[in-house]
Amino acid sequence: MTFGQVLLVAVLALPALGAVAVAATPRDRPARLVGTVAAALTLLAAVPLVFDRRGWVVWSGNEPAVRPWHELDLPWVPGLELRFHLGVDGISWPLVVLTALLTLLCCAYTMWRVPDGGSGRALVALLLVVEVGILGTFLALDLVLFFLFFEVVLLPMYAIIAGWGGAARRRAARKFALYTLFGSVLLLVGVYVVVAAAGTADLVTLTGGAGMSRGTQLAAFTLLAVAFAVKSPLWPLHSWLPDAHTQAPTVGSVVLAGVLLKMGTYGLIRVAVGVAPEGARWAAPVLGVLAVAAILIGSLVCLAQSEVKRLIAYSSVGHMGFVLLGVATLTATGIQAALIGNVAHGVITGLLFFLAGAVKDRTGTGTLAELSGLRETAPRLAGLLAFAAIASLGLPGLAGFWGEAFAVIAAVQVGGPLWTTLGVLAAVGGALTAAYFLRLLRQVTHNRPSPAVAQLGPGLAGAELTAWVPLVLLALAIGLAPTLVLGVAEVPVDALIGVVSP
Amino acid sequence: MTVVQSVDSVALLPAYLAAGTAVLVLITDLLLARPRATIAVAALGALGTAVGSALVGAGADRRTFCVDADCSWIFGGRAALVGAVVALLTLGVLGLSVPALRAGRSPVGEYCFLLACSMTGGVVLGAAGDLITLIVALETLTLPLYVLVGLRRGSLESAEAAVTFFVVSVVATTLTLLGAALLYAVTGGLHLDRLGALLAEQPELRDLPLTTAAVAVLLVGLAFKVAAVPFHAWAPATYDGAPLPVAAYLSTASKLGGLVALLAVVQRALPADQTGPVLALLAVLTMTVGNLVALRQRRTVRLLAWSSVAQAGYILAPLGALALAAGRTDEARSAAYAAAVAYAVFFVVLELAAFAAVTALRPAGADGGTLADLRGAARRHPWRAAAFGLALVGLAGLPPGLAGLFAKVTVVRALLDGGAAWLALVVALNAVIGLAYYLRVTAALWAPTPRSAPIGGGIAAVPVAGVVGVVLAVATVAAVVLGFAPQLVLDLAGR
Repeated sequence: MTFGQVLLVAVLALPALGAVAVAATPRDRPARLVGTVAAALTLLAAVPLVFDRRGWVVWSGNEPAVRPWHELDLPWVPGLELRFHLGVDGISWPLVVLTALLTLLCCAYTMWRVPDGGSGRALVALLLVVEVGILGTFLALDLVLFFLFFEVVLLPMYAIIAGWGGAARRRAARKFALYTLFGSVLLLVGVYVVVAAAGTADLVTLTGGAGMSRGTQLAAFTLLAVAFAVKSPLWPLHSWLPDAHTQAPTVGSVVLAGVLLKMGTYGLIRVAVGVAPEGARWAAPVLGVLAVAAILIGSLVCLAQSEVKRLIAYSSVGHMGFVLLGVATLTATGIQAALIGNVAHGVITGLLFFLAGAVKDRTGTGTLAELSGLRETAPRLAGLLAFAAIASLGLPGLAGFWGEAFAVIAAVQVGGPLWTTLGVLAAVGGALTAAYFLRLLRQVTHNRPSPAVAQLGPGLAGAELTAWVPLVLLALAIGLAPTLVLGVAEVPVDALIGVVSP
Repeated sequence: MTVVQSVDSVALLPAYLAAGTAVLVLITDLLLARPRATIAVAALGALGTAVGSALVGAGADRRTFCVDADCSWIFGGRAALVGAVVALLTLGVLGLSVPALRAGRSPVGEYCFLLACSMTGGVVLGAAGDLITLIVALETLTLPLYVLVGLRRGSLESAEAAVTFFVVSVVATTLTLLGAALLYAVTGGLHLDRLGALLAEQPELRDLPLTTAAVAVLLVGLAFKVAAVPFHAWAPATYDGAPLPVAAYLSTASKLGGLVALLAVVQRALPADQTGPVLALLAVLTMTVGNLVALRQRRTVRLLAWSSVAQAGYILAPLGALALAAGRTDEARSAAYAAAVAYAVFFVVLELAAFAAVTALRPAGADGGTLADLRGAARRHPWRAAAFGLALVGLAGLPPGLAGLFAKVTVVRALLDGGAAWLALVVALNAVIGLAYYLRVTAALWAPTPRSAPIGGGIAAVPVAGVVGVVLAVATVAAVVLGFAPQLVLDLAGR
């Protein structure tokens, strides 16, 4: 085994073993510590994947369009075309690191505060299991394995929401589980439509269509796209998201918004578009229209929200709309925009949920009308919230800008009346995004302190700062140097576009 | 034609072992009259039968009772798998019965004898090569169950359940026999392979209305045994009234028996273009109705019963692919049969684990109780509740119940290979409905305990009888192992 393969296995094995170790540790606090250490080791294993990479400098035709830096391919269940085939490349690596980072931050945050409902030990163990599922989804290069890891996430996340969530948690958790299962069973059917037609589940071979007929590709793309649209989520399949995000505990919301949604968009790029390019070209206009609808509707709904977590949740619908618009253009610019939008949204929305959770924990309310004047009593918290909100609305120089701007540019570049209109409407949506975030800031940070806010102290706990500072720095870093993400993604995206829209 | 047949006793060894177990149990009970010895003999016999089946099946196909090329006893890979699984299920059910037997709720000798008889039917069923052997074996499997269902002393529900089961089952048997007779009238053959060959060679026979009627009646009769909708109404009432271990046996071994019989006639005897549409319809109805009704159940065993109706739909689903021409190629057909068998094996393991967990969570000899009785079970019995949760999640087909996930995957794959995408979608959407109620039970296990515990029910802090714990542990471990190595089942099912 090469060092890269060891790292690939370690990235999955460390959180899995960590979860077992956490469950086996009898006392609560040491168990949480074990979990945090496991999450930290996972991040340490994920980062060096970028070194010593095997790949192209430039992509030329006649080569498979996916060329992982590191690869591990073992047989598992030949009867179901399932191979334990892992690999990492420029499209998946940023998401792998983001997942490892956010899980670590959530585990560290749990060291300090365990939400009501159950033991912190179980919560950390579940977070680690969720991490295994998400990382596996990003690393899988076998369609069936991809589906398997996609499913792994579902029940632990359900348990996190149902066990540690807010007042209406059971309903929200059920809704989440049933919606996402609906998506993943379609994924299952889609995967085997592809496998039955192409005779293989190897994503490296399949990327580019593998000679599947047009009809098969259309059917496969429809199934896969709907499956990923539920997860992403794409309007009108998004209605599980606000409930789940609002009811989930802070760490649950962070993982949900930060990385879980990315499984959908990543799947759309790598699996749906990659495997059924003809289907993707056929459905691109529909996808684009729905994406822009998501942007506009998400923003309009946000303008009318009165609860802070719900507002951030709906803002995710809008942001993921930009990501999906980028994918729908099927151009290199668009896919790049989608990738950086993914990462930026993970960082910023993760931060926003942490901050919203902090506000809710301190004041005991999330209703905007009962929150005002935060900067009077808790200026640091208010400052961070303002930073995150401004990053999220896409101020140039911060992470949120690139994804949204380039998605619009990509749409306009495609040209034609439809895409130009979509680009313009998306830009209007961007303006609306600014409107509702500024409204949020005006209501929460300005004015006189409300009774709930008046009793706050200005201090922030060390654990909170530990969890937030990396995200603040990343939001700045990606904003100032988008090449952190785009540099590694450029070649694989060109290769993908090379086979998708020749 | 020679009058004296040479009999291959090695091929018959599993049947000898199973029947011998029944006889030995009877004798032990008469002579020693010690419950412990009786149970031990039955358990050893079941284990021996499983080992015998596996050993005989490891070699090449063995045939005996042959008339020319047609044999009534064909012991191949499938027969070995069925024999071993039925014997192991019997062993498991026997383990689950120990607390109730100790508590004196049922007469030990009779109970073990009947269970061993039923096992004999199951073992013979897998090897049956003609319709008469098949139907006799199926009856041998079912007949002792009428009594076992009603064997809970002093329980009115138990007696009611037994009567319901008896009446429905007898009607089903009559229908099956009628179908067999009509087929004989049309073709003059009873051997499955011969029937298949005759109907394939002479299309004019296949087009006779009488043949269609025979096929329909035969299938309907067997559909009763697997509790497929619309012939399912007996199952929930019977499961709920029966003692828990017997309900476990009904939903695993007995259901497997029905499936094997159905598979034997569909695979070998009947024309696929006639059975396919019927089976597709049965599968869709069965899973949909089973899942929808299960959503509303409040009693644990009833919920499991309805869920096992739905599961029968998933088992039948791959056979529904035969309805389409693309599903009738040799390759697609064998994939469909293998998928049905594989699903059934995954299912019985998970179902046994689920019933074992319910038994372990309830006082000795009690019935399944309501879902409210299970609330908060995880706080008192974390391991048993975890095993129950794993089994339920597996039945729903989600990780960490990987065995159940691979079962669903196998079915969907077989359907798509056979070109029946619509049926694959129905299976997939049903899995979503299924999750709703499996999740409700699983969530109840970890829910906070109600303030006032219900009188006489609830999760009493009962020390679990060691044997039940062992059965639960073994079934759970088997489910976990199969979850990581599903190829084991797929290989066996494909033989």
